[in-house]
Amino acid sequence: MPEAQLASKVDGSRLTVALGGAWTAETAGDMEPRVASLIAQGGSPQSVLLDFTAVQRLDTLGGTLVRGIEMAFGARGIPVQRAGLSQAAAAIYAEIADGLAEPAPPPAKPKPVIVQGLDKIGEQMVEAGRDLVALVSFFGEVVAAIGSIFTGVGRFRLAAVVNQLDHVAFRAVPIMALITFLIGGIIAQQGIFFFRDFGADTYVVDLVSILTLREIGVLIVSIMVAGRTGSAFTAEIGSMKMREEIDALRVMGLNPVEVLVLPRLMALVIGLPILTFIGNISAITGGAMVAQFYGQIPIDIFFTRMQEEVSQRHIWVGLIKAPFMALIIGLVACIEGMRVKGSAESLGQQTTASVVKAIFLVIVLDGLFAIFFASLGY
Amino acid sequence: MADYTSGDIIISVRDVAIGFGERLVIDGLDLDVHAGEVLGVVGGSGTGKSVLTRCIIGLVPKRRGKITVFDQDLDTLSRAEHKAIERRWGVLFQHGALFSSLTVKQNIQVPLREYLKLSEPLMDEIARLKIAMVGLRPDAADKFPSELSGGMIKRAALARALALDPEIVFLDEPTSGLDPIGAEEFDTLIRTLRDTLGLTVYMVTHDLDSLARICDRIAALAEGKVIATGTMEDMLRHPHPWLKKYFGGERARAARVKA
Repeated sequence: MPEAQLASKVDGSRLTVALGGAWTAETAGDMEPRVASLIAQGGSPQSVLLDFTAVQRLDTLGGTLVRGIEMAFGARGIPVQRAGLSQAAAAIYAEIADGLAEPAPPPAKPKPVIVQGLDKIGEQMVEAGRDLVALVSFFGEVVAAIGSIFTGVGRFRLAAVVNQLDHVAFRAVPIMALITFLIGGIIAQQGIFFFRDFGADTYVVDLVSILTLREIGVLIVSIMVAGRTGSAFTAEIGSMKMREEIDALRVMGLNPVEVLVLPRLMALVIGLPILTFIGNISAITGGAMVAQFYGQIPIDIFFTRMQEEVSQRHIWVGLIKAPFMALIIGLVACIEGMRVKGSAESLGQQTTASVVKAIFLVIVLDGLFAIFFASLGY
Repeated sequence: MADYTSGDIIISVRDVAIGFGERLVIDGLDLDVHAGEVLGVVGGSGTGKSVLTRCIIGLVPKRRGKITVFDQDLDTLSRAEHKAIERRWGVLFQHGALFSSLTVKQNIQVPLREYLKLSEPLMDEIARLKIAMVGLRPDAADKFPSELSGGMIKRAALARALALDPEIVFLDEPTSGLDPIGAEEFDTLIRTLRDTLGLTVYMVTHDLDSLARICDRIAALAEGKVIATGTMEDMLRHPHPWLKKYFGGERARAARVKA
């Protein structure tokens, strides 16, 4: 391991700093505190001599450190001289002095904490407003793109829609079925557990089927789709944006909204109701299973009661929400994808934002639908 | 300022084979790099120039052969020893490979933080020096890679490669994607840095101007081997058909006129 030496000697009114060994990247970390203490304890001699005679190696890191001594004494108005530099060391030292000749730009002054806080709130309010405008304007673009298909300017891309449908819906069936099955089972278990105290076990059938059909089925599936598909859309479109593929589409006269966004949106709008329907069946099956094995309610009784209690409108209330959820998830995912900038970090941020916003909006929308159907008495 | 005096063999590659799947891209290749020289590695697309470079710096495994850097066999080193060697070389990737979520200054400070214990002000000072050395303006320090032009990215990436004052720098097509003026400036920069810092430069390039202007020696890759090494003149006299085509073409003649 190379080592560096630093010794100082007061010689009348002159301070001689003898440097030796290797002043390189390896030793810079060890030497820095010693240089700092030399500067602090150097006092105010008439002049300073930096003696490089014993220096075997000097690189830019060690050189910058040595230059620190020179600058510190120079700032106190003490002249500093150099002696004993080898030719190579002199070249490096000259390079350093040249490179650092321009003073460092002053660091930006931080604002007071209160101002920073207000700044942040203001920025976020403006950002939220912009989000809303972006959503509306993007929706407008999508509608225009749909219009262009009917007027014959654009083209309907069936292959792309089918391909997306495969990714969005078909491949999602197992995981959606599994999760809704478990949720249905959990609801049934909780229902039986508490209804049993009142001897009202069979009400669990109403609980599971109505809750699932109206709310839980579509909500769980939408949230899963926002996490599974929304994030994928954002990442796909975002990385295409990063690599200028979107610009390439534009210059070829293709509308990115028509080529990339529409097939994805359509696949979602078709796929989400299908997934919701599958999810409903799966959740009710889960509930029936738990009722059978945990609540001793035979399956045939479960379904007979379900037929008595559940009318078709409950199914429609749930399913009608699915395409709207799909639209929200798809729009948010595609907008966030289009907002990705050059860096990998930005891709991560937008993907996170896409999922969080989509889930938030899905829940808000579900609440609005609940109010709507309640006031209709449906 | 390295321990190696100019002309010593600093990297030696012996009988190396590298392959993917069934195909051997490089088969039985020998190459020496001398301390203090600028070595240009040329070869047609797909002849394994980049693969060889990546193998030397340890990103691609080799099938057989021996690579020694600073007289140490890379295969027999422990992790710590390998890390110590990695500190002594810097790599400039073809597209810069700057970390996109860090500013230029932070990019340069990554190896400093990782390997050395330095105070913030000193690290800022060093970053400022490196930025000046590669010819970037001081205000580039706080910019993100996405805000830089292609030439600036290359310079910033070179500054990062030079952060720890390495003894060897590997440059993968340093002038590709730069305009002729930018490329010429970059060549001059590499030469200047070589002269002041005593660097050894291993450069993969297609740029005939660079080859003629700054390379001390050229190594030509074809058929999985080094088919020729030597100066530009040696290359021009070499009878191999690929070299004749490469250095005898229209573009090469134009480069020679300029050189």
